[in-house]
This record gives sequence, structure tokens and C-alpha cells, in this order.
Amino acid sequence: MIRIDNLVKTFGAKRAVDGISFTVERGEVLGFLGPNGAGKSTTMRMITGFIAPSAGTVTVGGFDVAQSPLEAKRLIGYLPENAAAYTDMTVHGFLDFAAEIRGLAGEARKRAVHAVAERCFLGSVLYQSIDTLSKGYRHRTCLAQALIHDPDVLIMDEPTDGLDPNQKHEVRNLIRELGRSKAIIFSTHILEEVDAACTRAIIIDRGRLVANGTPEELRAMSTLAGAVTLKAEGATAEDLAPLGRVEALGDAFRIYPADKAKAAELSRAVIDLVSRRSWKIHGLYSERGELDEVFRRITLPDTVKA
Amino acid sequence: MKIVGTIIKRELGAYFASPVAYVFLVIFLLLTGFFTFTAGNFFERGEASLAAFFGWHPWIFLVVVPAIGMRLWAEERRSGTLELLFTMPIATWQAILGKFLASWLFIALALALTFPAVITVNVLGDPDNGIIVAGYLGSLFLAGSYLAITCMTSAMTRNQVVAFILAIVVCLFLILAGFTPVTDLLERWASPAFVDAVAAFSFITHFDGFQRGVIDSRDLVFFLSVIGFALVANGVILRGHRAG
Repeated sequence: MIRIDNLVKTFGAKRAVDGISFTVERGEVLGFLGPNGAGKSTTMRMITGFIAPSAGTVTVGGFDVAQSPLEAKRLIGYLPENAAAYTDMTVHGFLDFAAEIRGLAGEARKRAVHAVAERCFLGSVLYQSIDTLSKGYRHRTCLAQALIHDPDVLIMDEPTDGLDPNQKHEVRNLIRELGRSKAIIFSTHILEEVDAACTRAIIIDRGRLVANGTPEELRAMSTLAGAVTLKAEGATAEDLAPLGRVEALGDAFRIYPADKAKAAELSRAVIDLVSRRSWKIHGLYSERGELDEVFRRITLPDTVKA
Repeated sequence: MKIVGTIIKRELGAYFASPVAYVFLVIFLLLTGFFTFTAGNFFERGEASLAAFFGWHPWIFLVVVPAIGMRLWAEERRSGTLELLFTMPIATWQAILGKFLASWLFIALALALTFPAVITVNVLGDPDNGIIVAGYLGSLFLAGSYLAITCMTSAMTRNQVVAFILAIVVCLFLILAGFTPVTDLLERWASPAFVDAVAAFSFITHFDGFQRGVIDSRDLVFFLSVIGFALVANGVILRGHRAG
């Protein structure tokens, strides 16, 4: 549904987005990660046709956003950063306006406005002026606007920013549910959201794409991935040393595999050793790896990396 | 065209959503009333015409029209709704035209509310109502030109006050180019052809005809060109922001 090909955006001498390519198909929820200023919002603004790329193309549903912007924009629902909305309007007036622009009329428009208001829990503030709303409601009003025409493609710039934990949970569930039938891209810097809602994630740093994979694949890039943490009475670092590099964590030990591909063998070897020596086990975990470690390792400047 | 209608509806709604619209209407009516009847010596003139009324319009509009139009783009840019607007399936020209027409309609409403002046002259005397109609038409186009210029300056900035002042400066320049004291001054050192050429760019020169009841196609073309030029420039400025 969304194909991004070698996208570049320069602001003066600065290359805000520097040759990014990726695709998103229907049924995928793509988490768009990166530090602040990495080029996430700029990329999303180019996908939605708000700003023109300096080079490269964006195709949405077969329409080139630069060549046929109106056709492409009809397929897209967009939640901009900061969730801007016309504050002089009521929630109902604003959603009605969005629906009318999207070509909905009469009964269909009324139904769409009410369906989307219910879905985003706006029923109680429907006839309130937007400038009287709290940030969470304002945010959901803007989200409702993005969903009003049941778009095939949904682009959301930090959809959970400024929401309380309950609202965050609701929005993540909503994204996961919508993701079954749509192509979704959302940016975030909350890494749990990748696990909570995404089928795939990409990480960009200083305008370049530095990682692209499922949450599992990204996590496997962690140095921690495949390591075994053992807490057992009688075990010593010397006993474990033959299995791999050992790190002491209080009274527990973490053993790193010499070769990540053989991580499964490592945990089997540790279990063997434990049963041969008849140690009393208090805990034994196989580490999946941590996303924030991966994130930090690939987005920090090279000097800090070491 | 349907999209333009939707935008007009939203923009007009935005005017009347707050008391500002009503305050504007009242201020405009008070200003025209004061200038016509007090400063314009309406009664002392002893003639059944609205010359005193229309003569002040270039000056009253100079303050009122930029105040009405200054928010059109500046506010969208400041609040970030511009991003929302231009990621909806709306062509730039539709948004520009919709906003311009909405404000123009609002000004037309303000002008329509000056009808008591027309009744007054008709009760007191026997005016040429054709001249009055031409005067209103001229006023409408004059206001439209100011408004288009305000749309353009509003797109240049996210600060409404800056948009307001820029619009006043540009409009004032276009008024003064044909204002008698200025043309008299120019005539002292410039050739008459040059003075005429400068005056040809002035609102005053082209507004005068309407006041006398003459609807000259050249004057209409002038106002429509100013509107067209300013709105095209408006589009170029908006595209410039988005090309970044």
C-alpha cells in the first residue's frame, strides 16, 4: 500500500531525511522509531503530501503523492504531531467538516461522525468547543478526524503522546485492531509500544534507516539476546566459564553465548551442567534481548557506542 | 467547487463562533456612520447622494479589511492546522478561494448592513439610486482587493499582527499612488505621463469611477487583476513553505 523509495529532504545544507526506502502492506502496523530530530515527522509529512520531497518518491495505493496528490490523500488518514484541530469549532462540527471534505454526505456522514466519535470515546464532549477540551480529548478528536473516512492507510505521528496510561492502552488496542485491515505507520519513542502494537518496526537515525525488522528480529540484535541468566546455589563463575563469557550479577550469573546462532545450545548446556552438579536452582532465564539497548546502540553517535 | 463551499462554510462559521464577528460589524458600522454623517458633512452638503459615505471607504477598509483577513492563513500556520488542511484531499487553489470568498461574503454582509444610509438619502431627497448601486459595487471590489492582499500577507507569517501591518502598508501604498495630494506632489518634478502611470496602479483612481456611477470595464479589470494577482501570489507563498 505504501512504497517509499529513496526519499530525501534537505533543509538548506541539512539532510533531514537521507535516502530512506521501505514498504508497508495492508495488514501491517509499522512502528517508526528514532531519536528526536531523526527525521520521523519530516518523513511522515512527505508521505501525507504536506511537504514536497527534495528527491525520491512516495506511492500510496498506487498513486504517486507528488503526481496525483488528491487521489493519494483520499486513501490516507493522518494524525499530525501535536494533534492540531480547529479550536473554534465543536467536536461535532470539526468531525462533520472533515467528513464533508472527505466527500461524505447526508445519512452516511451522520453515521460516520457518530461511529468515529464512539470509537474514540468522544460521546460526552461531542458538542463542546475544542478549545475547552483537555489534551487527551483533543488528541482523540484529531484521531477521530483521521479515521472518519475509514482510510486504507493510516499515518500517525506520536499517537499516544500526552495521553494517560489508560488512554495509551486504548489507543494501542485500537491501532492493533485497525492494523488487521489497513496499512498503518505510527511514530513513537516509547519502545513498549513496538511490542504492544507493531508487526514490524524501523529505526531511523540522522535521516538514515538503520534497522528494519519484526520486534523479535530487532530484539535479537541486542547483545543480551540469547544470554542465559542463572541463579543457583553452589554455582561459581569458574564452573560456568567453559560455556561462554560469564558476567556476575549479585548472586546470579549471566552467560553470553560465543555464537548467537547457537543460543539454544547454550541454554541446554547450562541445564545439563546444573543437573550434573545437582545445584539448587532459584532462577533460570533465557534472555530475549532488550529493544531499548538495541535502540541506544544503533542511534547513539559512534564515539559513545564504544 | 463543493470543497470550496465546505471551506467557505467553515470559515464563516469561524467568524461567528466568537463575538469578534459582531464586534467587527458594529465597529465598521460605527466608523462608516461617524465618517459619513459627522466628518463627511452629510447633512451640510445639501445633496441627495452618498458621496460622503463612499468617499471614506478606501480609508475605513484600510483598517477593517486587514483586521478581518489577517487570521486566514497566519492562524492556520500558528496552530498547525495548516498541516491538517493540506493533508486532506483539497487542492491549494480550493483552500485559497474558499477562504477568500468566505471573508469577502462577510465584508459584503457588513456593507449590506449600511442600508440605513440608503434609506436616509431616499427619505430626505431624491438621489440617483443607480449611482448608489455602482458605489456599492465599487466598494465591494475595493474591499475584495484589500482582502486578497491581506490573504497574501497572512500566508507570509504565523503572526497575525505582522500580517495586519504588512497588509496596511501594501494597501496604503496602492491608495496613495493616486491620492490627489500625492499626485500633485509628484507632478512638480515628474512628467505627467509618469504620474498617470503611477496613479493607474491606485485604488483611488479606479474607485472614483464607481462613485460617479460609471461602471467602467477597465476599473473592473483592475480590481479583478489585483485580486487574481494577490491570490496567485498567496498560492506561490504557500507552496514555498511546503517545498521548504
